[in-house]
Amino acid sequence: MLCPRDRGPLSAMVRLALLGTEDLDLERFTRLADDVPAEGVLTDADLQLALWTLYEPHYGGFEDVPADREWDPRLLAARGVLERRVEAELRRRTGDAVAAGLAAEGPLGERIFDVVAADDGPKVAAYLHRHATSEQVVDFLRERTIFHLKESDPQAFVLPRLQGAPKAALAELLYDEFGGGRPSRLHASMFADGVAAAGLDPRYGAYVDDVSATTLAVNNAMSLLCLHRRLRGAAMGHLAAFEATSSVPSRKIAAGIRRVGLPEVVAAYFDEHVEADAVHEQLAARTICGGLVEQDPGLEEDVLLGVAVCLHLDAVAGAELLDRWNHGPAVAAVAADGPERVAS
Amino acid sequence: MTAGGAEGHEVVAELCPRGPMLLRGVSAVRDEHGELHEATRPVVAVCMCHRSQRLPWCDGTHKAVRRD
Repeated sequence: MLCPRDRGPLSAMVRLALLGTEDLDLERFTRLADDVPAEGVLTDADLQLALWTLYEPHYGGFEDVPADREWDPRLLAARGVLERRVEAELRRRTGDAVAAGLAAEGPLGERIFDVVAADDGPKVAAYLHRHATSEQVVDFLRERTIFHLKESDPQAFVLPRLQGAPKAALAELLYDEFGGGRPSRLHASMFADGVAAAGLDPRYGAYVDDVSATTLAVNNAMSLLCLHRRLRGAAMGHLAAFEATSSVPSRKIAAGIRRVGLPEVVAAYFDEHVEADAVHEQLAARTICGGLVEQDPGLEEDVLLGVAVCLHLDAVAGAELLDRWNHGPAVAAVAADGPERVAS
Repeated sequence: MTAGGAEGHEVVAELCPRGPMLLRGVSAVRDEHGELHEATRPVVAVCMCHRSQRLPWCDGTHKAVRRD
């Protein structure tokens, strides 16, 4: 993948610094970042793309960027400037949900399932199931390439930060995500096979210039939580909510894909997630999050923060997709389908 | 509940409250009709609410069942 095209001054400064064309002026960068109003941080395409581009050297990197830029202190400082804005806004938006989770009773694993069940975000899976056109399903897949083509990579960074039962359970979950020793069953590879069959470019990052700011925000939140050891509780809370909102919606998405007549291999990817995530949600909520808080009760609030961040961002991204796809009666029909939502 | 196995390789079934039964290290699950279903992942979730559309595996449907 090549360094993405910029979408404004922040992403332009990051791009030029990564390419080695122009040193990053941290003062100017900070000033520009501070100019973005708090409530717009999660939907600002320039800011989110700049952050996504700063994270990417920790993953697959860019062909046109020298590998040692990953640890360039000035770029890390720039990343920190954006991360502080994003984290503050995520905490602001999820404060009430976290407080409610803390006040609820019962084992943490159960509370996570309750919070997810009570969530009434936009019903993207229900729309894909019953109403979406073939083009809209492909649009959904295109947005999802940013996540699914490096599926579980962010969470792999958390493994060395866990101990005991939660570590064993995360390793178990990741082993399954990464194909259980079979490269063809790597979830990212299965998704690549699916998007190729749907007529899309299966190379990671092929659509980064096209996807929405909120898609980038969803992915950046995972990197933010997973790359900072201090946020390991939130990273695992996010994972638990993510897995707990995947199994049932995946079944609907697979049905929708078959309904519009896309190739079977596209639906097969979501079939795999019906069964896999029915396992993973149990591991993530009970063994990983429950075990983590048993070891360190001080992490309870962070776990609930991660849960709330996942649900909130998926609601924001889902609303944008439904809004983009139609303004007609189909949305009302989905709203009448009952309390279900989609995260993955 | 614990089933016997080679020393150090015991199979432990884990019953999740309001959820499925997790099984680690099994190669297959035989359903009530005698049909053998291959376990293709390191941990499998066996449906306990009998409402799954992918029996014997859990598909998350238990969450749609009304809780007390």
